[in-house]
Amino acid sequence: MDFLNALVALSNFVLVPAIAYGSQLALGALGVTLIYGILRFSNFAHGDTMAFGAMIAVMVTWALQAAGVSLGPLPTALLALPFAILGCIVLVLVTDRLVYRFYREQKAKPVILVIVSMGVMFIMNGLVRFIIGPDDQRFSDGARFLIKARDFKAWSGLSEGLAIRTSQVITVVVAVIAVAALFWFLNKTRTGKSMRAYSDNEDLALLSGINPERVVMITWIIVAALATTAGVLYGLDKSFKPFVYFQLLLPIFASAIVGGLGNPLGAIAGGFIIAFSEVTITYAWKKVLTYLAPENLEPSGLVQFLSTDYKFAVSFAILLIVLLFKPTGLFKGKVI
Amino acid sequence: MSEPLKNTLLFVVVGALIVLTGFTQSWNAAILIINMGLISAIMSIGVNLQWGFAGLFNVGVMGFVALGGLAVVLVSTPPTPGAWSGGGYGVILSLLLGAATVVAAVMVAQKMPKGRTQTFAIIGILVVGFFVYRAIFDPNVASIEAIDPAVAGNIGGLNLPVLFAWPAGGLLAAGAAWLIGKTALGLRSDYLAIATLGIAEIIIAVMKNEDWLARGVKNVYGIPRPAPVVGYEVELQQDPSFLARAEWFGLDPVTASTLSVKLGYSLLFLIVLLVLLWMAQMALKSPWGRMMRAIRDNEVAAEAMGKDVTRRHLQIFVLGSAICGIAGAMMTTLDGQLTPGTYNPLRFTFLVWVMVIVGGSGNNFGAVLGAFLIWFLWVQVEPMGLWLMNLITSGMPDGSALKAHLIESAAHMRLFTMGLILLIVLRFSPRGLIPEK
Repeated sequence: MDFLNALVALSNFVLVPAIAYGSQLALGALGVTLIYGILRFSNFAHGDTMAFGAMIAVMVTWALQAAGVSLGPLPTALLALPFAILGCIVLVLVTDRLVYRFYREQKAKPVILVIVSMGVMFIMNGLVRFIIGPDDQRFSDGARFLIKARDFKAWSGLSEGLAIRTSQVITVVVAVIAVAALFWFLNKTRTGKSMRAYSDNEDLALLSGINPERVVMITWIIVAALATTAGVLYGLDKSFKPFVYFQLLLPIFASAIVGGLGNPLGAIAGGFIIAFSEVTITYAWKKVLTYLAPENLEPSGLVQFLSTDYKFAVSFAILLIVLLFKPTGLFKGKVI
Repeated sequence: MSEPLKNTLLFVVVGALIVLTGFTQSWNAAILIINMGLISAIMSIGVNLQWGFAGLFNVGVMGFVALGGLAVVLVSTPPTPGAWSGGGYGVILSLLLGAATVVAAVMVAQKMPKGRTQTFAIIGILVVGFFVYRAIFDPNVASIEAIDPAVAGNIGGLNLPVLFAWPAGGLLAAGAAWLIGKTALGLRSDYLAIATLGIAEIIIAVMKNEDWLARGVKNVYGIPRPAPVVGYEVELQQDPSFLARAEWFGLDPVTASTLSVKLGYSLLFLIVLLVLLWMAQMALKSPWGRMMRAIRDNEVAAEAMGKDVTRRHLQIFVLGSAICGIAGAMMTTLDGQLTPGTYNPLRFTFLVWVMVIVGGSGNNFGAVLGAFLIWFLWVQVEPMGLWLMNLITSGMPDGSALKAHLIESAAHMRLFTMGLILLIVLRFSPRGLIPEK
């Protein structure tokens, strides 16, 4: 029985990766949930918006690296992030002007907008593949680890190592800053309040003189910023591959729905619920249990509930359970 | 221009495009477009049944298509010697136990009074059931996968003629659709979309990872053909009567045999398409079809008239998915192999949606037209894009990085074009090329 080693192994393989992944999902889910709250449709193009923003970041990073600019131990991509956000804002505003606005004026049914977003998804996916190609791209640089497993072992004297990657810490820090800024904006500023009013009751908001086009524009700007940040953080943590962003759509939607669509707080909670369940259920618990179990009662198998290829199944199962028992999500979301 | 004339003209135009491919590229390419067009048309009829008739938003088409493909392997390939006695029955037993666990948990959830005891009972049943299931499942799977892993390692099939696999694919897809529909159809339309998107990914994940079932990503090759109609090229090339006919047409034996095989498939697919189209058309005109459209247009009013909306939705969801399963089985038969790694939602779910929307949702002929048109474009946009890129870059110096990049990227024009077509149709002709009557 070795409680400390078990705890370190648990942090190393479950807690730290899940927190980083959860922050990425939460940022993605916030974008989905904002679009749902203000524009009232499920945006299937969100994964590809993330890919587009991240793609710009990758290219700006390359340009900065070529010019010899760097942030020392921090990845250069952080410097590229503002440019990527700007590029992504331009893309979504142009898309809104050319595509979505027409249907808003028509007061089209939400499901039509979902199909329209499918078309946008195709175009963005095609654009990203056209510009940067469908392959893996690496763009992370700087120090790889904040705490190295070997250093940790030497420092603590434990047999288990704890490795924390720079990208994981950056993910969490950036996500906290982004979420704090978003909530400050939504709750304290006039524009943020008008957005919440518009989301709560469209007609009443219009009567009180809120300009709907302005609300929609600001929503898109925020969504583009969140999506790009999420995309860049995910790309730094894992790697940039256009198709992977498309596949992230499912866990992101699961997070938003589990938390309650249209509810920002729910999106964050949902992101962490999905991330922790995915990681804990697909992790092989043998190591942790070997430390915890008494002598000669150690597990013989891997004690892995599902193979990692089934992580989609986990988010999906949680989604179904929540929908069946609490259709509005854990935090009260909207129902149209 | 009258309505029927316009519609006929549209079909003639698409037909002419395909014939043009035959003259300018090759007849093999043209007939391949026709074959995949026929299969796509069947998928479109399935999606049109769900979306056009009933307004159900199913984005899990890929999953049902893949299940159809799985059925082909399970029905038509020969059984692996020793697999059944080695572990096949054990796997079936463990799957039954797993299903029994879920059923028991659902029963407890429904029958027992709510409270802490109920929660503990459900969790207890699920945990115990899971470990019992894994305890029986794992060793049996290991013993099946150990049998000759280079060429087999799966339980194989029933060795029946491959044509039986087509309805079997429909049945398998229908079964899955029933399970999904039972849980997800009570939810609102957006949730159904996410649920079907997820289930499709899970079906593909299962097919990729469960090697004992259909070899996973190791793929299954050499699926038998519907022999009497289709035949094999090598045999045809040695058949004197076939050679005589080929000479009469003025074709060399190799081209003639490949064309003959493809045309055999076309004939079979055309029969299936015509039967399904006829059935869909009859359903559309029947009182049942009118009821479906009434439910689609106003659920509340239909419910007030005493229609059981959820049951009708489940019915049409299962029917539409079964049709997608049949199409999937046909596609795997045409390919002669099952490759779970190639199933991609953009190609198998969203492209079918583009077909239905462009053709005209709610109209079966529209769905068929859309399928042929979009499939033709899907195949031909790549060479067209390459041609366009060569034209654009012709002025650039050879060896410039931009030129190389542009020419290399031409292959990705496909998705962009499909999105553009979808958006243009939705904007300027939202009811499609052949609108619903």
